[in-house]
Amino acid sequence: MRVRTLAVAGSLLLLTGCGAADMTKQASPFANAQGAKSVTLSVQSWVGAQANVAVAQYLLEHKLGYRVDTVQVDEVPAWDALSQGRVDAILEDWGHPEQEQRYVKDKKTITAGGGLGVTGHIGWYVPTYFAKQHPDVTNWKNLNKYASQLRTAESGGKGQLMDGSPSYVTNDKALVKNLDLDYQVVFAGSEAAQITQMKQFAKEKKPFLTYWYAPQWLFEKVPMTEVKLPAYKEGCDADPAKVACAYPHTPLQKYLNTDFAKSGGKAAAFLKKFKWTTEDQNQVSLMIADQKLTPEEAAKKWVDSHQSTWKAWLS
Amino acid sequence: MATVTASTPRALPTGLLKHRAVHKLLLIALAAAVLVPLANAQWASGSWPAALTVDLTKPLSSASDWIIDNRDSHPLFLYFFGYVSNAVVISVHAVYVVLLGAGWAGVTVFGALVAWRVAGVRLALGTAVAFLACGVLGMWVPTMQTLALMVVAVLASVVVGVLLGLAAGLSRRMDKILRPVLDTMQVMPAYAYLLPVVLVFGMGVPAAVLATVVYAAPPMARLTALGLQGADKEVLEAVESLGTTARQRLLTARIPLARKELLLGLNQTIMMALSMAVIASVIGAAGLGDRVYQALASVDVGAALAAGIPIVLLAVVLDRVTGAAGDGTEGQGRAGWAYALAGTVVVAVAARLLGRLDWPDAWTLNIAEPVNRAVDWMTNHLYSGVPVIGGTADWAGHFTTWVLDPVRNGLQGLPWWSVLLIVATLAWLIGTWRTALTAVLAMAAIGVLGVWTPALDTLSQVLAAVAVTLVLGFATAVAAARSDRVERMLRPVLDVFQTMPQFVYLIPVVALFGVGRAPAAAAAVVYALPAVVRITTQGLRQVDPAAMESSRSLGATSWQQLRQVQLPLARPALLLAVNQGVVLVLAVVVIGGLVGGGALGYDTVFGLAQGDLATGLVAGAAIVCLGLMLDRVTQPTERRTGKGA
Repeated sequence: MRVRTLAVAGSLLLLTGCGAADMTKQASPFANAQGAKSVTLSVQSWVGAQANVAVAQYLLEHKLGYRVDTVQVDEVPAWDALSQGRVDAILEDWGHPEQEQRYVKDKKTITAGGGLGVTGHIGWYVPTYFAKQHPDVTNWKNLNKYASQLRTAESGGKGQLMDGSPSYVTNDKALVKNLDLDYQVVFAGSEAAQITQMKQFAKEKKPFLTYWYAPQWLFEKVPMTEVKLPAYKEGCDADPAKVACAYPHTPLQKYLNTDFAKSGGKAAAFLKKFKWTTEDQNQVSLMIADQKLTPEEAAKKWVDSHQSTWKAWLS
Repeated sequence: MATVTASTPRALPTGLLKHRAVHKLLLIALAAAVLVPLANAQWASGSWPAALTVDLTKPLSSASDWIIDNRDSHPLFLYFFGYVSNAVVISVHAVYVVLLGAGWAGVTVFGALVAWRVAGVRLALGTAVAFLACGVLGMWVPTMQTLALMVVAVLASVVVGVLLGLAAGLSRRMDKILRPVLDTMQVMPAYAYLLPVVLVFGMGVPAAVLATVVYAAPPMARLTALGLQGADKEVLEAVESLGTTARQRLLTARIPLARKELLLGLNQTIMMALSMAVIASVIGAAGLGDRVYQALASVDVGAALAAGIPIVLLAVVLDRVTGAAGDGTEGQGRAGWAYALAGTVVVAVAARLLGRLDWPDAWTLNIAEPVNRAVDWMTNHLYSGVPVIGGTADWAGHFTTWVLDPVRNGLQGLPWWSVLLIVATLAWLIGTWRTALTAVLAMAAIGVLGVWTPALDTLSQVLAAVAVTLVLGFATAVAAARSDRVERMLRPVLDVFQTMPQFVYLIPVVALFGVGRAPAAAAAVVYALPAVVRITTQGLRQVDPAAMESSRSLGATSWQQLRQVQLPLARPALLLAVNQGVVLVLAVVVIGGLVGGGALGYDTVFGLAQGDLATGLVAGAAIVCLGLMLDRVTQPTERRTGKGA
C-alpha cells in the first residue's frame, strides 16, 4: 500500500511540477485553451451585472483580441474566487466591508479597481399604479394600514414583504420588527423567482410590497415607487439586530485579482478604466432581460452607438 | 370470490404481523409512560428545549476563517489539496483541449462510432443526432466543457467507487463500516457539501469535480460490492482448485463475473454525475450548467431550456449506450475499435484542414424566443381567471392554506417528545428496533442542532409533496401498467422529467404558482414523479399473470381486480415507490428554497451564497437527518428480511 501511495504522490508531483502547489494561482481549466489570451470575469445573478460583463466581454474580444470566460458566482464566494485567481475581476460590488478588510487590506490578493460609475440603492418599493391610488402608502408610517391588502397565502395573516435572493444584503427582518410593522418577510429565494412574481402581480394590477434595488431594468417594465423609510445616517445599520433606518446609496466598485491587475496587460488597464452611467447600464440590461437579446447582441448594439464612451476606456 | 385467491396465502403472515405490532405498540406505550413525564418535568417546552441544543456557529465560523487564512500558506493545502486541485485542473484541461482539437465533426463521429461498436446502428444514429443538436442549439463549447468535466469526474468516481466496492466486497467488516458512509453520501443534499468543498478548493472546476465524486461514487461502490459478493460459488471453487492465488482469482474470475454489475454501476455513476453538473454550476463549474444558471438570472426560460436540452440528450445517450454495454455480449474484437478510432482521426483531420473546427454560427437555431412566448402564453392564460376550475395561482393559494399550513402548524404544535414517539412507533412498526433507534436519533439530532422549527416546516412540505406525488404517480402507473401504448408514450416524458435540470423549470413554476411553498412542492413533484411511476408500473406488471387470470375468470371487474389482486400483490413495489418518492422529494428541498420554500432549503442556499458555513452546513446536516429518519420510517420491509424482524 505504502509503495502505491508514494507512486500516486510521485505522479501527482510530476503532473503539477515540484514544490508547493500555490492555491492563489488556480486558473480555470477552460482558460487559455487553443493558445488564446484569456480573461475570466465573474457575473453576479442580476442583470445589471450581466450588462457590465457583456460590454466588457464584447470590447475585450473584438477590440483587444482576448478570449473571455464568464462564470456566474454569488457575491461572497466571488470574492474568494477572485483572491484565488479563479476569476480575474468583479465589475460590480455592492459593498462587502468584511471581505475588503480580509482580501484587499490584509492579504492583498485583491486590488481595488475603481468605481463603476453607477450608484446603487436598495429600498422598499410598491408598484406605481398602487402608489397613485393610495399616495400615503409611500411612507412607512402608513404601511400597517395596507397590510390586509398586501396579504398572500404565504404571509399568513400579515402583509407580505417580498425579499429576493439569499445572496443580497438585507436588514428587512430587523426593519419589520424594529419599525413595528404588521408584515411577514417572504423570501423568494432567487431574483428570478422574485421578478417572475412581480411581473405576475403587475399583469393583474395587484398591489405588492417588495425589497428591490436600483439600477434595475424591471423599473422600465413595472414602474415602482419607493416607500420612504426612516432616513439613513452613517452607522445606523452598524448593529444588524437594531437597524431601523433606510439603506444607503452605494457607489458600486470594481475589484481585480492583484496578480491580474499587475500583469494583465491591456485587459487589466481596460477594466480599470471601464466606467459608465446608470442609463448606459439600464439600456443594455433591458435589451438582455426584456427584449431577450443575447448579452453579446445587446453589447454590440450599445457599443455601436457609444463610440466615444468606450474609446476612452481603451486609450 | 376474487379476494380469496389473493388473500389466502397472506392470511398467516398478516395475523403474525398484527400480533407483533400489538407487542411493539404496548412496549412503546410503556416507554412513553415512563419517559414522557420525566422529559416534561425537566424541559417543559412545546418546541425543542433550548437546554438540549448545541450551538455550532462559533466552531464552524472559526473553522471557515482558519481555512481562508491558512489556505495560501499551510502545508496541508500546499502539499495535499493544492496537488489534488492542480491534478483536476490539468486533467480537465487536457480532455477539453482534446475535445476542442477534435472539432465538432471529430467528436460527433467518435461518439457515433463508439455507440455503434457498443450498441448498434440505431443508437449510433441517435448519438450523432444528439451531438449535432447540441451544436444547433448553439451550445457546442459549453457542451464540451461539461463533457470534459464529466469524463474526469466519472473516471475519478469509478476509481473511488471500485476501490470502496472492492474493500466492501472482499471483507465483511469493511462492508459494515462502509454502508452507513455510503448511505450518508447519497442522502446528503449536494448543496450542503458544496460549501465546505468550496472553502477548501475555492470556486470552480476542482471543487465541482470533487463534489461530483462524493455524489456519484456510492452507486459504483455498492454495485461493485454486490457483484463481488454475488459471484457464483461453483465457478470460484473451480478456479480455486486450479491453484490460483487470491489476486489471480480476483482478476480472472471474480471481477469478470461481476461485469454486469460493474457496468450498471458505471451507468448509475454517469447519470448521477450528470445531474450534479448543473448543481455544481452554482460554485462556478462552467459548461452547460452555468448557462442554465445564467439564463435563470435574466428570467429567460428559453435560454435555460436551450442549455438544458443538451444535458437531457447527453444523459439519454449515455444511459442507453452504457445500458446496452451492460446487456450486450462482449465487444466484437479489437478491429472494430481500431476502425472507430481511425474514422475519428480521418474526420477530425479533414475538419481541421477545412478550417471547420468550431461549430459554425450560421448553423444555430434560436429556440429561446418561441419557448418564451409559449411560457408567457401558458402563464397568462392559466395563472388566474380560468372559468370553473380557477387559475393555478388560486390552486397554489388553496394548497398553501388548506394543506401546507395545517400540516406545518400541526407538526410545529406537537410537543417535541411526541414527535419522537411518533417517529419511533412508525419506524418500529415497519422495521426493527434498530431502525426505530436510528430514526429517533436522527430526529433528535435535528433538535440538538437547533433547527427544530424550520425542520418541521420542511418536513410538512415534504409530506405534502410526497402525498401529491403518490396520488399522481399511482394513478399514472395504473394507466401505464394496463396499456402498453400509454407506457411507451410515457417513457420519453419520464426521461425528460428525470434528467431536465431543475433550474429550468423554476421560472415556469413560479409563473404558475407564485412565490412560496406551493411552487416548491410543484418542483418536487415534477422531479419525484418519474421514479414513482416507473417503480409502480413495474411492480404492477410483475404481478403473477395466473393470479390476474384466475380473478378475471371469477368475474372480477377491472376495478376489483386492481384493488384486490394487483395492488396487494404489488405491495413491495408500492412501498419502494413511497420510499423513493420521499427520498427524491427531499432532494429537491434546496431547489424549493430558490422559489420561496423557505426553511432548511433556504438556509442551505443562504449558507452557500453568503459563505456562511454555520447556517449552510447545519441546515444541510438537518436535511440529512430528515432523510435518514424518513428513509427508516418508509423503508420497505423486504430489505431487512434477512435479519429477521
